[in-house]
Amino acid sequence: MTTFMRFFEHVGSIVLLATRAFSHVPTVGRQTGRVVEQCYLIGYTTLPIVAILSFFIGGVLALQAGISLQDFGARQLIGTLVGESMARELGPVMTAILLAGRVGSAITAELASMKVYQEVDALVTMNIRPERILVLPRIVAIILMMPVLTIIADVIGWLGGAVVCQYVTIIGVDWELYFQSLKDFLTVQDVLNGMIKAEVFGIGVVLVACNVGLRTRGGPREIGLSVTQAVVQSLILILVLDYFITRALV
Amino acid sequence: MNSTNGERKPVAIEVHGLRKDYAGVNVLDGINLSVKPGEIFVIMGPSGSGKSVLLRQIAGLEIPTAGSVTIDGMDPSLEETRDKVALALVFQSGALFNSMTVVDNLALYPREHRLHPERAIREKVMEALRMLSLEKAVEKFPSELSGGMKKRVAIARALVMQPQILLYDEPTSELDPIMGATIAEIIASLRKAIAVTSVVVSHDRDLAMTIADRVAIIMHGRIKAEGTPDDLRRNNDPEIVDFLNPTINLENPRFRKMEASNE
Repeated sequence: MTTFMRFFEHVGSIVLLATRAFSHVPTVGRQTGRVVEQCYLIGYTTLPIVAILSFFIGGVLALQAGISLQDFGARQLIGTLVGESMARELGPVMTAILLAGRVGSAITAELASMKVYQEVDALVTMNIRPERILVLPRIVAIILMMPVLTIIADVIGWLGGAVVCQYVTIIGVDWELYFQSLKDFLTVQDVLNGMIKAEVFGIGVVLVACNVGLRTRGGPREIGLSVTQAVVQSLILILVLDYFITRALV
Repeated sequence: MNSTNGERKPVAIEVHGLRKDYAGVNVLDGINLSVKPGEIFVIMGPSGSGKSVLLRQIAGLEIPTAGSVTIDGMDPSLEETRDKVALALVFQSGALFNSMTVVDNLALYPREHRLHPERAIREKVMEALRMLSLEKAVEKFPSELSGGMKKRVAIARALVMQPQILLYDEPTSELDPIMGATIAEIIASLRKAIAVTSVVVSHDRDLAMTIADRVAIIMHGRIKAEGTPDDLRRNNDPEIVDFLNPTINLENPRFRKMEASNE
């Protein structure tokens, strides 16, 4: 099979998986326990790393922007730049990339080992659709958690920028000026656009991770290969989707 | 509606001209067999002969390259068939859900299909565990169980489904002779306890000849012989005789012949 055909087969299988998973939406109410468990894994356990990363991204942005904007005499706009960059781009994209590496890889590893060790076959013989109990709760959890994580990433990123502005003397912008500029130009629409992106990225990451995991055949080596494959595909998907969503939202 | 709500009867299995290829390599080549309702049918054969592939076809986990498998006249790979016929497969590895305790493994099917209230499910699960002397394993995880216990838990999980067809993939492999005999006794006793059609894939001659109503021997993807255990004992085909009564020949070892036939 050519690479071209494989690509379309893969896209087709993701669409099919999504269709099958969403066809079980009426069962979500009965799967609250699974959804809560996935929310914990996707949201709560990812939070510390999202917080650390966002803080430093905001800080680096403020540092770089501060030095560059000084040349144009526009230091007072650092808050705007950090605020909008975090809300519209870096918050959702970095959160999705983190999720692809941390959560996506874990999902693929779990489902791939379930497939290889015939647990998925056992579900099928029990007439329990894997899409219903393995995929749908994860999609619902990511839909619930992604906006929360993105908002937290945005806010901590803004704080990171503020700390750098306040305490790095070469920038010389205080808290008040930083937050004033952030407030003046940042709109609710910017934050909402970021959350829309985050939702799409999150669903994409989960679908890719589940699809690769459930299509795994072979043994332990293939589980490892699937995890790598899922992370790489997710990263590419996030960046490609980012362009098209940004294009649609501007 | 799921059949578990209605009265259960054992069902027949028909396999016609079944062929299965993987990436152009033929594994099953024109298999024909029929299993009567309530029968214990054992499929034997050397390693790599296609026994487990045949079982996966019967379970509807794979689609045949050609030919057909029907359960009570229906295609087992269809979801509608699984809605109507309760089919359970005891996997060679057990295929227990590692993230769940034994009790949750057993309760998954009735919970997901909402067959009974939680209390009744718990009672049925405990009854199945008692049948297989697994009461002490209730809250254990599969990783804490021995090989024999895993097999018994897998059988107990199948029992909770109240199956009309019970498929076993190498139920005695990797077990010591005593545990192997115990599993054989369980399979035979289940036929008396519940109305079920059983298909057992095994290369365990003692198991096959003791519990089977009929046996089929598969070699190179084809059925080489089929009949009651007594029919097979009387079979004079040298390959069948050698398969059922292998002798260790140090003067003229079998692997030398295999090497010669591969050259």
